[in-house]
Amino acid sequence: MIPEIGHFALILALCVALVQGSLPIYGAAVGNSALMAVAKPAARGQFLLVLIAFGCLAYAFAQKDFSVLYVAATSNSQLPLHYRLAAIWGAHEGSLLLWTFILTIWMFAVTLFSSHLPETMRSRILGVMGLVSVGFLLFMLTVSNPFERLIPAAAEGRDLNPLLQDPGMVMHPPMLYMGYVGFSVAFAFALAALLGGNLDAAWARWSRPWTTVAWCFLTVGIALGSGWAYYELGWGGWWFWDPVENASFMPWLAGTALIHSLAVTDKRGGFKVWTVLLAIMAFSLSLLGTFLVRSGVLTSVHAFATDPKRGLFILAFLAVVIGGSLVLYAWRAPRVGLGGGFAAVSREGMLLANNVLLVAAMGSVLLGTLYPLFLDALDLGKISVGPPYFDSVFAPLMTPALFLMGIGPLAQWKKADMPDLAKRLRWAFGVSVATAVGLPIVLGHWTPLFSLGLMLAIWIVTTAVVSVRERIAHGEGASVAARLTTVPRAYWGMLLAHCGIAVFIVGVTMVKGFETEQDVRMNVGETATIGGYTFRFDGAQDVVGPNYTAARGTFHVSRDGRDTAVMYPEKRRYTAQNQVMTEAAIDSGLLRDLYVSLGEPLDDGAWSVRLYHKPFVDWIWGGCLIMALGGVLAVSDRRYRPAWRREAQAVPATARMAGRQVA
Amino acid sequence: MNRFFLPLTIFGIMVGFLAVGLTLNPREIPSPLVGKAAPQFSLPQLHDQDKVFSPEEMKGQVWLLNFWASWCSGCKTEHPVLMDLAKSGEVSIYGMDYKDQKDEALTWLKRWGNPYPIVAVDAAGRVGIDYGVYGVPETYVIDKQGVIRYKQIGPLDDETVAKKIIPLVKELQAK
Amino acid sequence: MRWLTLIVLLMPGLSLAGEARPLADDPVAEARLKHLAVELRCLVCQNQTLADSNAPLAEDLRREVRDMIARNMSDQEIIDFLVSRYGDFVLYRPPLKATTSLLWLGPFVLVVAGGVALVTALRRRSQKVAAVTMTEEEHRRVEQLLSQGVKRS
Repeated sequence: MIPEIGHFALILALCVALVQGSLPIYGAAVGNSALMAVAKPAARGQFLLVLIAFGCLAYAFAQKDFSVLYVAATSNSQLPLHYRLAAIWGAHEGSLLLWTFILTIWMFAVTLFSSHLPETMRSRILGVMGLVSVGFLLFMLTVSNPFERLIPAAAEGRDLNPLLQDPGMVMHPPMLYMGYVGFSVAFAFALAALLGGNLDAAWARWSRPWTTVAWCFLTVGIALGSGWAYYELGWGGWWFWDPVENASFMPWLAGTALIHSLAVTDKRGGFKVWTVLLAIMAFSLSLLGTFLVRSGVLTSVHAFATDPKRGLFILAFLAVVIGGSLVLYAWRAPRVGLGGGFAAVSREGMLLANNVLLVAAMGSVLLGTLYPLFLDALDLGKISVGPPYFDSVFAPLMTPALFLMGIGPLAQWKKADMPDLAKRLRWAFGVSVATAVGLPIVLGHWTPLFSLGLMLAIWIVTTAVVSVRERIAHGEGASVAARLTTVPRAYWGMLLAHCGIAVFIVGVTMVKGFETEQDVRMNVGETATIGGYTFRFDGAQDVVGPNYTAARGTFHVSRDGRDTAVMYPEKRRYTAQNQVMTEAAIDSGLLRDLYVSLGEPLDDGAWSVRLYHKPFVDWIWGGCLIMALGGVLAVSDRRYRPAWRREAQAVPATARMAGRQVA
Repeated sequence: MNRFFLPLTIFGIMVGFLAVGLTLNPREIPSPLVGKAAPQFSLPQLHDQDKVFSPEEMKGQVWLLNFWASWCSGCKTEHPVLMDLAKSGEVSIYGMDYKDQKDEALTWLKRWGNPYPIVAVDAAGRVGIDYGVYGVPETYVIDKQGVIRYKQIGPLDDETVAKKIIPLVKELQAK
Repeated sequence: MRWLTLIVLLMPGLSLAGEARPLADDPVAEARLKHLAVELRCLVCQNQTLADSNAPLAEDLRREVRDMIARNMSDQEIIDFLVSRYGDFVLYRPPLKATTSLLWLGPFVLVVAGGVALVTALRRRSQKVAAVTMTEEEHRRVEQLLSQGVKRS
C-alpha cells in the first residue's frame, strides 16, 4: 500500500511540475500576475509530494519490504537500519528519487528566500526548475520506477554492495547531489535573466549566494567521496580520475569559475554574457555527469546498472534542456549590453584569466573522459585515458591559476598598477621561492613538482597575509581590531577558501613526495618498520559482524619505543553475496596517516600485509573542508541577508519612533 | 551572431558522439592480432600428454581456435553452438583448455560432448596472454597461412556463426 | 674469546629474527614492476591498475612482467609486449599518435584559444565603449532638441 502511495505521489508531482513549468513562465511573458503567482504554491506542493514519495520508499526500506523490487535488489534483512536507509540511494532508481527530492528542496528554498526578487524573475526561476523536475519525474515514472513491485515478494534481499555499507555512503551522495542540483538554481537564474532580458548587476548579486552554497556542498561531496574511497577501497589512493569522479569534478571547476565570474558581473557589471554561459555550463555538466554515470557509455567503478533505454532517455533530456538553453542563449545574449570597461591588467582581467584557465582545465578533463568514446565511435580503435594523462595535463593548467590567486585580490579594479603590485608582492614571492628551495634540502627530498607545490601553497598564504596587512593599514578605525571588523565577511570567506586550497596543495605535495609503502609477509610476533613507526603483528582472530564474518588482525604500533596505536584491519566475507572485502585500519593524525591492509593468509600461518605511511594526507580533505567553510563565511555576508530580515531590523526602529511621536 | 551559436554547435557534436556511444560496448577490447600471424606455441594435448599440438601443423587449413575452461559458465552457453558447428563439418574447431584442471576438463567434455579433434592444455595461461585473451570463451578464426582473421570475444551464438564465422571461413577456404 | 667472536658474528642474525620479510623475493624488481604496473590497465576489472587488481589475469600479467624484468627487458620493450597483445587499451597513458594528437594538444589549444578570446573580447569592448562616448554628444543634442520641443508646447 505504502509504495503505491509513493508512486501516486510521484505522478501527482509530475502534474504539478508540468503546471509549474508552464504557467508562471507564460505569465511572466504576458505580465499576468495570477499565472505568475502559481509558481510558489506549485513549488511548495511539489516539495511536499516528493517528500511523501521519499518517505514511502524510506518506509519500505525500514520495514524490509521485499515485495518492492528496488528494496529487494539493494537491501537485506541483516542490514543495519542506517544502511538500509542509505540504500535508498544505493542504486539507480532510488538515487534518481534522491536527485528529484533535493531539487524540490532547492525549489522550496527559492520560494523562501526570493521575496526581494521581482515577480517575473521569481516565476521564471521556479518555472525553469519545474521543467527540469518534469524531466526527472518523467524518467522515474517511465523507465526507472523505484516503487515497482516484485510479485511474488523475495524471501530475502540481495543486499547492499558491501563497498557501500559505510558511513561515507550515508553522507557522500546527498552532499554531492545538493551541490549538483544546487547549480540548477544558478542555471534557472541565468535562463530567467535571458528570458526577461534583464541581465544586470542585480541579477549577479542575487545569483551569488545560491551559487556559492551549491559550490560548498559540491566541494564537501567530492571531498567525502575521495576520503571514502581512500579508506574503503584499501589501496590508499584518493583520486583516480575515474569517469564518475570527473563527472563531479567538471561541474566543480565550472562552478568555481562561475563564482569568480559572478564577482566581476556583480561588482563591475562586466562580462554578463559569459557569466550566463558559465551558469548554463555548470548545470549542464551536472546533467552530463548524470548521463555518463547511468548510460553505460563509459566504464567506471561507480557505474549504476546500465540500460540503453535509460541512456537514451537521459540523452534526449540533456539535448532538450541544454540544447534549449543554448538556443535561448544564442538568441538573447547578443542583445545584452556591455558593462563597465576595464584594462587587461586589472582585477577583472585576472578574474577572467582565472576563468579561462579553469574552463580550459574543465575542457581538458571532459576531453580526456570522452576521448576513448570519440575514437571508438569513429572506429579508430580503443584507448584508455587514465591518471597519467590527467595528472600531466591538469597541474600545468592549474599552476598559473594558483599563482594568480595570490595577485588577484591585491590588484585594483578597472586598471591595476603592475610595478606597484610587484613591489607589494616582493616579500611574499621571496619567501615562497626560498621555502620551495630550502625545505626540500632540509627534508632531504627533491623533485620539481614537490618544490612547485610548496611554492604555490606558501605563495597563497603569504599573499593572503599581505592582503590582510594592507586592509589593516588602509582601513578606517582607531585600532587594528576596529579596522578588522569593518572588513566584510565575504573578504574573509575568500581568504579562508583560498587558504583551504593552500592546505590542500600541501597535503597533495607532501603525500606524493613522502609516502612510503611496504608489502611484507608477517608471522605472529614479527615486526615491520615504516616511516619511523614499528608495527608488530599479534595474530588474527575470527569475528562475526551483523551481516559478515571476518578475520581481524591486531597490530601494535610504536614509535621510538612509545606505544602509538593498536590497529585492527579486517578481511570480511559478506554472507549475502559471498563477497570478500578488505577493511583497512587507519590511524589518522594531523601530520600523518598510518594505514594497514590485510592481504591473504599464507601457508605458514603468516599473512601478507600492506603498510602505508602517508604524511599530511588528511590535509587534502581538511583543505577541502576549509574551502567550503570559506564559502559559507562568504555567503553569511550582510549584503546577502534576505531583504525581509533587513526590513525586519528596520521596522522596530520606525515603530519606536512612531511610538514616541504618539506618546 | 556566429560566436553565440558556438556553444550550441559544440554541444550538438558532443550529443552526436554520445548517441553513437550508446550503441558501443566500452568494455570490449578488440584484438590487435587480427591480420597478424597466430602466435606460436607447442603445448601438450589433453587426451594424450605425450603428444603436442602446435599451430604449425595446421598450416594449409582454415581452422578455429577456441579458448575454454570447465569453470567458465559462458563456455557452457556456447557449447551447443560449437557442437553444431563441429557436426556440420564446415570447419574444424581446436580447443585450448585455459587455466584449468586436467581431470575437470576431461569430465566436462565427457559430460557435455567434445567438438574438438584436439584439445591443447594451457595450464598457466601463458599462451592465452600471447593471444591477448582476457576472458573465456574467446575464439579465433585462423587462415591457411596461419594468420588470425577474426576474434570472437565471449560466447559464440548461432547468429554470429551463421552471419560471420561461416561466410568468413568459406571465403578463406576459397583462397 | 672464540665464543665472543661467535656471538658477535651471530648478533645480526639474532636481531633480525622478529623482522618481517618483504613479500616479494626481489624488492628492486618489485619496485620496477610497481612503477610499470600503475600505468597499466587491468583488462578484467577495467577500473583498476594492473598493480592493484586481484583478478587472476592481473596476477598472470604481473608474473609475466616480473619475468621480463628478470630477463633485463627495458620498460619500453615490456610495454610493447603488452600493447602488441592487448592494444593501446592496456595503457593508461595514451601513446602520442595521429589519433591521440587532439587529446594531447587539446588542453594547450584550449588555453591559447581562451586567452585569444579574452584578449579579443577586451579589445572589442574598448572599441565599443569608445564608440558609445561618441554618441553621447548626439544624446546631448537630442536632449536639447527635446527641451526645445517642450518649451514650444
